[in-house]
Amino acid sequence: MALRILKQSNCAVLQALKRNYCSAFELQHKNPVQKAIPKIPKAQYGGRHTVTMLPGGGIGSELMNYVREIFRYAGVPVDFEVLDIDPNSESNDDWDNAITSIKRNGVAIKGNIETKSEQIGIISRNVALRNELGLYVNVLHCKSYPGVRCHHKDVDLVVVRQNTEGEYAMLEHESVSGVVESLKIITVEASERLARFAFNYARTNGRKKVTTIHKANIMKLSDGCFLETSRRIAKEFPDIKHDDMIIDNTCMQLVARPAQFDVLLTTNLYGSITSNVICGLIGGAGLYSGRNYGDHYAVFEPGTRNTGTSIAGKNICNPFAMLNASVDMLNHLGHTQHAQAIEAAIYDTIVVDKIHTADLGGTASTTDCIQNVLKHLAEKHVSCSTFNIAHPQINKELARNPENP
Amino acid sequence: MSLLTRSFVRCLVQASSRNIHSTAALASPTKPEGRTTCTLIPGDGVGPELIYSVQEVFKAADVPVDFEPFFLSEVNPALSSPLESVVASIKKNRICLKGILATPDYSNTGELQTLNMKLRHELDLYANVVHVVSLPGVKTRHQGIDAVVIREQTEGEYSAQEHESVPGVIECLKIVTEAKSMRIAKFAFDYAVKHNRKKVTAIHKANIMKLGDGLFLRSCEAMAKLYPRIKFEKMIVDNATMQLVSNPHQFDVMVAPNLYGNIIDNISSGLVGGAGVVAGASYSAEHVVYEPGARHTFAEAVGKNIANPTAMLLCASKMLRHINLLHYSTQIYSAINNVLKAGKVRTKDLGGNATTNEFTRAVIMNLK
Repeated sequence: MALRILKQSNCAVLQALKRNYCSAFELQHKNPVQKAIPKIPKAQYGGRHTVTMLPGGGIGSELMNYVREIFRYAGVPVDFEVLDIDPNSESNDDWDNAITSIKRNGVAIKGNIETKSEQIGIISRNVALRNELGLYVNVLHCKSYPGVRCHHKDVDLVVVRQNTEGEYAMLEHESVSGVVESLKIITVEASERLARFAFNYARTNGRKKVTTIHKANIMKLSDGCFLETSRRIAKEFPDIKHDDMIIDNTCMQLVARPAQFDVLLTTNLYGSITSNVICGLIGGAGLYSGRNYGDHYAVFEPGTRNTGTSIAGKNICNPFAMLNASVDMLNHLGHTQHAQAIEAAIYDTIVVDKIHTADLGGTASTTDCIQNVLKHLAEKHVSCSTFNIAHPQINKELARNPENP
Repeated sequence: MSLLTRSFVRCLVQASSRNIHSTAALASPTKPEGRTTCTLIPGDGVGPELIYSVQEVFKAADVPVDFEPFFLSEVNPALSSPLESVVASIKKNRICLKGILATPDYSNTGELQTLNMKLRHELDLYANVVHVVSLPGVKTRHQGIDAVVIREQTEGEYSAQEHESVPGVIECLKIVTEAKSMRIAKFAFDYAVKHNRKKVTAIHKANIMKLGDGLFLRSCEAMAKLYPRIKFEKMIVDNATMQLVSNPHQFDVMVAPNLYGNIIDNISSGLVGGAGVVAGASYSAEHVVYEPGARHTFAEAVGKNIANPTAMLLCASKMLRHINLLHYSTQIYSAINNVLKAGKVRTKDLGGNATTNEFTRAVIMNLK
């Protein structure tokens, strides 16, 4: 069935090409087949990286300023190409420029970008970004901070979410008036790639179990395909345990006993729901960061996607989600020592000093949090202000030839 | 009227609240100080004298940088440190300040690759950047030049692949690859984006070398598509040299294969005051080597205390900026600028008669 849909949609694109007219929308969204993206060299020169920064709407630009402030202070060798996108603008110029910028830099950090329009034909920019760059997987690591007021302690789980198809395929139409159909697309190809990513992630990060989240009892073909694929891939990873759970039960189990989960492998919409449930359980939207990976690009953002327009400019938003996103980005770029220093400063601020913003039940302002992080960086991690911190790769090289000075 | 006042007040409130955020975080405790180690290659000719000038200025400004010196030379291979240890040091420190190595036109060992080329290949220093900018107080034919020459320096004519196929016939291979052409083109465009420049000009000779330079040009064209906000132009190398001397202001960022880049580097350095005042740098993904932009050892001036240390000091200033020591970088940069602008202390190449030491002392006096 899944294959049939794939064939049909392929036909749609072929027809569009035949009639010599094919809108960007059609090409982008009516073709769930993975796109081959040519490899572009990374923007890394003399040990410094260039990274695209999309502040987005609401509290985004405030938070990005803090990220830059902390990076400057810790001497992180990363330069930002900051691109502001006007949410009210009708034209797509800024937006296209942002996407090409990510294509040439390879890595981006972003806030949430608002799509105000509910018109048909205007697509959510966040979704468009993921599709255009082929960011097929979203990873959210939720590890509770001791001392943060929340419903569950000692939660440590990872949500691996399909990011480009499923319910977000944006194929909706009104077949007869009053009847709207929305297509959910699951392809073997994408499911296989996602499952393999999840199991590889589990293996490299020392995790024991992968749980596939689905609703195959109702959607027997689509979710069935997703489930079957994950079972097949699980056989390639005998060292990782694999089981599956239905989405409604998962939600109940997550609120009741979250400790039973390790890695959750989900389709698009279920992933969105489960990650929001978990974040709500262990401290809210302001703490955790999400990572989006494709074959060539990586985009880092706060874990739960909201702009926080209502609290913008009031100095009360929680900066840690964005800071954690920046730490993820540094780890991805290989600046692990800077990442560790900033991560430790964040941990000490939240857990030891208990500097919490209002959303965690504290009274601190955003600047209080940032000041405290800077203080910790100054106290403990003096070494990171020198430029000589070697890449892990080079450390390995030096270890291999110990006779070199 | 009331509407106007209200919006004005709102503007003020918003502006002040924004200020609170940014300045509060800015007024943080002082920046933590760690010391950075930098590999140092004085080079041949006047190199050691220029490096001494940099060290004096660093000492005076109390710059938190330590040097790891290596004597590297091709003309005297017996005294030179082994290339491996220099490479290991640069790999460890990731930055290097280098004088110019003299390249003799014979080979001691029969090898065709020069020491400079070996160093570049070992570290994969593929992009050479020379920032050609008119300095205040330096009298030249053209004023207000501000261009950047980006040169591919690991392939092309410098492949060191030469042979005599039959007696009397020598073939020298010029190698152009797509991967390296793409890489240098991307470097040029990324440089333009980062430094707010508007235009990139590819220098080529694809009308004659249709395949080799053609590949270079096509790679630049393909990369230009990813940078729609930067203007892309192409120019044949012979025309480019003429345009450079007659109307240099039309250029912004230039990207060129190896030999053309070398020639353009030297022409444009000559336009703004010669080898003594132009700084350059060679980049790989992981390392940077800062060296003067036009490669002349000025061997005839050794020991005469007349060489101009401006280029080397500018290199040092650029290096400090690269390693996040922005404060020291601007301090040294403005000191050099002030000395040149005042025009009282000038070395011989700029029409004065001050010594290297006098110039260095003038820079130190101007440090603020």
